[in-house]
Amino acid sequence: MTKYLINNKANRNAFSCIFATLIAMSFTLAQSAESTFALADKCPPSFALDNNNQCQLRNLYQLYDSLQDRGLGGLKTALPKHRDGFSPQQIDLGRLLFFDPVLSADKNLSCANCHNPTLGFSDGMDRSVGARGQVSQRSSPTLWNSAFLSVFFWDARAHSLEEQAIGPLFSDKEMANTPEQLLSNLNQVAAYPRLFEQAFPASKDALTIDNTVTALSAFQSSLISLNSAYDRYAHGDAKALSPHELEGLNVFRSFVARCSQCHTPPLFTNQQVAVIGTPEPVGLPRDIGAAETFSAKRLIGGFKVPTLRNIARTAPYMHSGRFATLREAAEFYTKGRGHAVPEGEELLLHWHISDPKLTDTELDRLVDFMGALSDESFMPETPSQVPSGLLNTSTSLAAALEK
Amino acid sequence: MNNKYKVVLAIIIFAGGWIFGSSNNEAPVITSSVGGASYEGGFESEVTVGAVPHRSVAGNIHVVSPGDSIQAAVEAAQPGDTIQVMPGTYSETVYIDKDDIHLVGVIQNGARATLDGLGKLNDAILYSGNNIIIENFRITQYKGNGIMGQAGNNFEIRNNVIVDTGIYGIFPQLGTNGLVEHNVVSGIEDAAIYIGMSDNIHVAYNEVFDSVAGIEIENSRHAIVEYNNAHHNTGGILAFVTPGLPIKTTEDVIIRNNFVSDNNTPNFGAPGSIVSGIPAGTGILVMAADDVIIEGNIITNNKTAGIIINDHSFAPTITMDIQSDPNADRTMILDNVMLNNGYDTIPEVMAVALTELHTGLVDIVHVGPSNGSCIINRHRYRTVGIGDYSECGFTNTDSIDSYLLAGGAQPRVIASSERGEIAYLGVCAGCHSYTGRLIGPSVQVIQAMYADNPQGLAAYINAPIKRRDNFPEMPAQNYLDSETQLAVAKYMLQVSN
Repeated sequence: MTKYLINNKANRNAFSCIFATLIAMSFTLAQSAESTFALADKCPPSFALDNNNQCQLRNLYQLYDSLQDRGLGGLKTALPKHRDGFSPQQIDLGRLLFFDPVLSADKNLSCANCHNPTLGFSDGMDRSVGARGQVSQRSSPTLWNSAFLSVFFWDARAHSLEEQAIGPLFSDKEMANTPEQLLSNLNQVAAYPRLFEQAFPASKDALTIDNTVTALSAFQSSLISLNSAYDRYAHGDAKALSPHELEGLNVFRSFVARCSQCHTPPLFTNQQVAVIGTPEPVGLPRDIGAAETFSAKRLIGGFKVPTLRNIARTAPYMHSGRFATLREAAEFYTKGRGHAVPEGEELLLHWHISDPKLTDTELDRLVDFMGALSDESFMPETPSQVPSGLLNTSTSLAAALEK
Repeated sequence: MNNKYKVVLAIIIFAGGWIFGSSNNEAPVITSSVGGASYEGGFESEVTVGAVPHRSVAGNIHVVSPGDSIQAAVEAAQPGDTIQVMPGTYSETVYIDKDDIHLVGVIQNGARATLDGLGKLNDAILYSGNNIIIENFRITQYKGNGIMGQAGNNFEIRNNVIVDTGIYGIFPQLGTNGLVEHNVVSGIEDAAIYIGMSDNIHVAYNEVFDSVAGIEIENSRHAIVEYNNAHHNTGGILAFVTPGLPIKTTEDVIIRNNFVSDNNTPNFGAPGSIVSGIPAGTGILVMAADDVIIEGNIITNNKTAGIIINDHSFAPTITMDIQSDPNADRTMILDNVMLNNGYDTIPEVMAVALTELHTGLVDIVHVGPSNGSCIINRHRYRTVGIGDYSECGFTNTDSIDSYLLAGGAQPRVIASSERGEIAYLGVCAGCHSYTGRLIGPSVQVIQAMYADNPQGLAAYINAPIKRRDNFPEMPAQNYLDSETQLAVAKYMLQVSN
């Protein structure tokens, strides 16, 4: 923070000209609020800082291999390839941007509104609410462990964190911004131009859409959740799971329930598209999902398999939040293949959607096991104030929900 | 498939033959498969004995008798140990989440250790560890799988009798280097032996029958299927690419010297399952798999066809996957004995046959595009759709014994200094920051306490005790092996920010 003040050219300029005292005074007042924002020079936990000022991820799954390096398998299996290599400053700038409503057209929605850290980086709603109160078509997915994803959005339409970040920023139904408006808004916030310069020292023009998106991606890549009770069991602590959770693990990976065939460890998703035929909210038509992405009728109703890490934190469930609890979500799979597909509608259901006839006890154990996938030990700090000074509605929302 | 178009095309071809008077009486090219060139593609063959590395030190033996729990013995066992299960009946799910365990049924006077799922239990044996042997069991009446592997490397599944058990009899998945041999598997609703998303596999000397699929190699590479007897299934031996799975290819599969006969059982696969689309009467089925060699099999009395090779478009019930290559390329058919196949085939095959004015028996049918496929002695068989197959430049696979890895798949080697950093940042950093309190005390405080005593810190990490009233109790990090515990202790004592 001190280093930041010493390099503060604006302050030096303010003292250079008495004629501009008045202006300089107002500048300094603005700066004093701004000066509380300094970017971290250390990586978040789980990252090592290398000699190039890049944060490199470290986790115990790096002790293992996986078939074809795809990061799929059983207990001691490597994770899929991940994104890292962002600087501490980029990650921290991303954190400030993530919580700042200045990113949206009406300056009332931040990323954290739909990806609230206190709600598993989701929002607790069946379908998220975007600009001007519009209810979107789908539920907000968690951001935990998105560093390991290569497929983004429910309909699998994006393939990088950056491509994903562009989506909500400029979607009329979400943050409803435009690139021009966003740049203009960011430039009007006193702190951002210099925070961007600090995070992107090699850029001539630091405050750009590309760098905004890079910073957001950097922050998202730092959201690592790999120290759950399940993980301790996977690494070799036979007592890390309770007897109920262990029973649940065996139902989960059994070929009767077949959960692990798509929610494959260690990430608990195989990142494929699956048509499972969950019901839509009452009165709404079928969401065709990935059929649009791939122009393929066979994929009508197909969605990306979501990770189950921290799943207990992100109710309600499925692409449109149709199920309020994990128990209901699990129960869907045992009510019969296609039971919720309206008569006359043809869906090419996934081959693992079967009729497993799970008992009530088995469903309870599955819920127990999914609870053992929770870990928020590397939770990032929510800034008490954001550079724009705008009200951080997500935190007040969380407070309201907790009440 | 536009069959109308094909019929028109066939008539043109037929007319051409009539006009130009092609002769059917020329002596065919006869190629001897004895002593000729051997296949040189594929995985570099190594001389190996088994898939599980030999133990240099014998571990403990845990004997389980009827009335005891096999799982309790697994939990008591250390890597390197052997569990011997005496004859008798056991009703439990056994799961092996540790490495290097040999689970051995004892056969006495023909009586086996029997795992009976009573129609209620899910799977009989699950394993996730490396270097696992499972042999000599009888498994029956489970709802899920008989023996299921999830990502374990180096496995041997041998001499088991699996009867009337659920979805798959033997199903290793996402593993490298495995041997499945001398098993007798029957009455399975999907595949009796199913190799899923795996590499370097050997399936030999098994008898598979009365199941929907006998042996299935799916989204796997470098597999040899030999000397098996696949009979009275819906389909005998399959090499598949199933779209929608995260690992996308099946390549380099040798199917040789098997009996594949009478696979005419009506399909009783679950609705929607991939195998539910297999027509009864299928001997060998290659779907979208590449570099498959079919050699030396005796293929008889399969009513749809002896060998079907097709692309994904021939299977209308499977999903769309742009990352999945739909075509079966480089199928290589060497000498096989084929008798009485395709005597009661399906309309889809008849339609393709009609395009070539082929009627009657069908030994081999290829549907869909094919690049680089070949065959020898094609004149011996009743064939459809192999007009663009070239003559193979080799006649046998004698130079290849096995695709198993000599010495087994090796674990990733991580230097102990690197282990220390990985564990420190991956685990400790969640609760301990360098300065100041996070959840536990700061690293500086810990460094002051254990300055020259990494062993002491490692011991504490292994079994922490509560020292500070105002701090939560630290969970034991005893899942880390002792080498990693010491490495992380040393690492923690030298960090400087």
